[in-house]
Amino acid sequence: MQNIKEYQLIVIGGGPAGLAAALGAAKNGLNDILIVERDKYLGGILNQCIHNGFGLHYFKEELTGPEYSKRFIDLLPETSIAVALDTMALNLENSEDWRYVHVMSSADGYRILRSRAVILAMGCRERTRMNIQIPGTRAAGIFNAGQAQLYVNIEGYMVGKKVIILGSGDVGLIMARRMTLEGAEVVACVEVMPYPGGLNRNIVQCLQDFDIPLYLSHTITDIKGQNRVEQVTVQEVDQNGKPIAGTEIYYDVDTVLLSVGLIPENELSREAGVPLDPRTSGPIVYENKETLAQGIFACGNVLHVHDLVDFVTEEAESAGHAAACFVQSGGCVKQDGKIISLKTDSNIGYTVPQQIRIDDVEKAVRVFFRVRKIFKEPSRIVFRDQSKSEIASFKRLFMFPAEMENVNLPRQLLEKISGTELTVSVEE
Amino acid sequence: MVQEIICIVCPRGCHLKVDPENDYEVTGNACPRGISYGKAELKNPTRVITSTVKIKGADLTRCPVKTNKAVPKAKMQEVMELINGVTLKAPVKVGDVIIERLLDTDASLVVCRDIG
Amino acid sequence: MFDVLIIGAGIIGCATAYKLSQFNLNVLLLDKENDVSLGASRANTAIIHGGYDPDPATLMGKYNVKGVKRCIELVDILNIEFKKSGSLIIAFDENDLIKLDMYYDRGLLNGVEGMEMLDGEETHRREPNLSEEVIGALWVPESGVINPWEFTIAMAEVAVREGVQLELNQKVIDIQKASDCYLIKTETDQFQARYVVNAAGVYSDKIHNMVTEPAFKINPTRGQYFLLDRSAGETVKAVIFPCPTELTKGILISPTVHDNILVGPDSEVISDPEDTSTTRETLDFIAKQAQRSVPCLDFRCNIRNYSGIRANSDYNDFFVKISAPNFLDLAAIKSPGLTCAPIIAEEGIKLLAEEGLKLNKKANWDGTRKLIRFKEIPEAERADFIKENPEYGRIICRCEHITEGEIVTAIRRGLPIFSLDAIKRRAGSGLGRCQGGFCGPRVQEIITRETGISPLDILLDKAGSYILVDQTKNADKED
Repeated sequence: MQNIKEYQLIVIGGGPAGLAAALGAAKNGLNDILIVERDKYLGGILNQCIHNGFGLHYFKEELTGPEYSKRFIDLLPETSIAVALDTMALNLENSEDWRYVHVMSSADGYRILRSRAVILAMGCRERTRMNIQIPGTRAAGIFNAGQAQLYVNIEGYMVGKKVIILGSGDVGLIMARRMTLEGAEVVACVEVMPYPGGLNRNIVQCLQDFDIPLYLSHTITDIKGQNRVEQVTVQEVDQNGKPIAGTEIYYDVDTVLLSVGLIPENELSREAGVPLDPRTSGPIVYENKETLAQGIFACGNVLHVHDLVDFVTEEAESAGHAAACFVQSGGCVKQDGKIISLKTDSNIGYTVPQQIRIDDVEKAVRVFFRVRKIFKEPSRIVFRDQSKSEIASFKRLFMFPAEMENVNLPRQLLEKISGTELTVSVEE
Repeated sequence: MVQEIICIVCPRGCHLKVDPENDYEVTGNACPRGISYGKAELKNPTRVITSTVKIKGADLTRCPVKTNKAVPKAKMQEVMELINGVTLKAPVKVGDVIIERLLDTDASLVVCRDIG
Repeated sequence: MFDVLIIGAGIIGCATAYKLSQFNLNVLLLDKENDVSLGASRANTAIIHGGYDPDPATLMGKYNVKGVKRCIELVDILNIEFKKSGSLIIAFDENDLIKLDMYYDRGLLNGVEGMEMLDGEETHRREPNLSEEVIGALWVPESGVINPWEFTIAMAEVAVREGVQLELNQKVIDIQKASDCYLIKTETDQFQARYVVNAAGVYSDKIHNMVTEPAFKINPTRGQYFLLDRSAGETVKAVIFPCPTELTKGILISPTVHDNILVGPDSEVISDPEDTSTTRETLDFIAKQAQRSVPCLDFRCNIRNYSGIRANSDYNDFFVKISAPNFLDLAAIKSPGLTCAPIIAEEGIKLLAEEGLKLNKKANWDGTRKLIRFKEIPEAERADFIKENPEYGRIICRCEHITEGEIVTAIRRGLPIFSLDAIKRRAGSGLGRCQGGFCGPRVQEIITRETGISPLDILLDKAGSYILVDQTKNADKED
């Protein structure tokens, strides 16, 4: 057996979550941290997100993706954080005292590392045409929006001349503008839901600015073209998402861009036995972003898909803080205290965290969630315990599925709970 | 003629009605920020433009750039033509000015990523 | 002048080229596409069939069990991904049980070894995810799943290394008999050969008819599939076949060599043999049928839909004959054609020898293919191996853990590379859940570095399937 190199903390992923997590842990006293990044550069997906709008919440100014990540990368030399670039984490194993990470690179070969704590920060990937089962030919010219973004913004290649976009997620909207500014014609953006998936700002500045029509409650039902896309069929869908016969519109395009959702990339977590939440596709976590596998923490898009990188940064910093605490005290949370499980009603898609160890809550715990439909009228987010008594409620003037919501639950309220379940609901 | 626009100041997305013939009077807003947005968006709409330029002497072949201030929306295509003509030589640093006073606006084209 | 010209570089043409490469012969292998294995050989059910199904009076019945044995030998010799999963033919009612008895008897006649009739309890013990309604099954152990395009490519690679000439993008449009040879015209060239082998798959009737009177007609038959990601966990261990009914031959559920789950196919005769599109109605039908056998199948785990075109015909057997002097048909090869391919090639070569082809063995023929799969290197050896071979230390395909070394050696093994899919079929990159979304640009970079082809000219798949249209900033117009 080769020598196993040891760290206090290994962070898997050097995107915005991994950077902030490592810095958060360093700030809280760890001096032996490694970031493992599979790309040749730090920054993750932000490198290809060259549009602006990042940092309004965290830095109170508007930055592009590369500028935002540079703010964090520039802090690394002041710390003792080590970075392994062009290095893939292949395997993660959990034991009582150590987390073992198998990493590999051309430069350093195959190595087994171990650390007291691991932070998962692998991000997410895009749902593909095949995930959503659009029938038709297997022609070239069907790209995920992020894949097209990589080609256009980093590699410097255009992926098409006449484009239709399926899905109104932010990446799709941003790419509508990018493709147009780079000389392509974007004929339409098609969204299967009755409301847009992306932010208003992007609807206005990426579609309306360029007179690109947005068709809500529509989807692509067929793709034609033997070798390269030649035509797509768009149809209106009914309330159940089923295409309505007779509503076919045909577009002659050479390119389809898909912006149909992101999936946290948890293959490594799954193999390490980290329990996942089917609603988020990310790990189930406690109040401090520790997963149910001891010593393994998670933050950013690997935990749940965010719409603002600013929240990723905050979440990752707190995960870094918690991991530091875990390393320094050999596990800072008493395992025998009361654990509260958060449940949701049908209006709420999920919560993060899913479980709260009251003993570990200092003053309050921030709970993130997404609603599953649009609430245009003022409504209340209500937390009830098993005896149905209201523990806390929060007013909102409006809520949208595209916007992640969060509330702060003070410890003193949590202590009042009878039973071990807390259900979050929206009451209009 | 009264124009309808979606307010982008917050996620709520109010449908504003703005009347250019009546001193750009804004209705349909839920908060005062909608008024200033509605007026500005009709009087003088501006946008920050982000794109890439060619770069030589580095592993990467494109460098991300932006206008450091918003430029008039109507000038977007013209700015893009200028951007498309630029070729940088590595190394470059975030904030390096590539073109000053783009099309006589007070905005400059600047580098957004350290390369080389 | 070639001694033998083979039309069609699918599994049959490549198996024939492979077997012929051991003799002192001048062999040319032609295909109309830009790679080998682009017809039925790449889009099929990937099963090495046990042999309980075909009529013992047919060549299919005669070749099947021999084919299984030969395939299993070749898997080792050529280093092909294969899993001896066995097959279960399941029964839902008494009628089905009667059919299983019939298959059992037929299997015995065909020489199938090791078959067992299982009761409901034993069936469920072996395959806990089968429907409660299943009341018994026929177990056929000597069968499995293979990587069919790798099988085809492997034989082509060895054939080319051992001296067979391969010409791609050559569509045969006419064949003339000259005094001592055939003249084979393609869209761009003309070739002469003493012997011609017709292995043209769904076009084998057209090639046959260029030489002699029509004898069979191909009815291109499309079948659609789902490929479900392994994240769903092990769903079935063996290939699960329902008993065929009046309405359908039955939708099978099969593990793949990559531990994913394959579900399909339907069967639809179509007019255009190039129409490999999928349709909503059929996919929905397949999903529903499959869930009857395995209710827990989760079609949200779908990572690919595709369809394959089988060379079914009005001739209810393989058409393996000398149809004109020195003209060999290896035609109308339908299921179990993949399993029987090595035997079809061997029998075909015997027929050529009877026609006078001289088979003199080369002194130093090497029929083996070696390649390294990073995933198969034991953990303890990985560090040393990568020290020696640093290209195997860089993962290119994150989903399938395919390294740069595997991609580079795939390019260097000798067949020309024009597309990302050519790399996918050789190295396995892009086969996983992201379907090449992450690794596509990296693979393009490696192809460009190794072959000099511009990224703009690298295709996704067949001719015309371009990926990129031009550089941004009009940069291609300047340099």
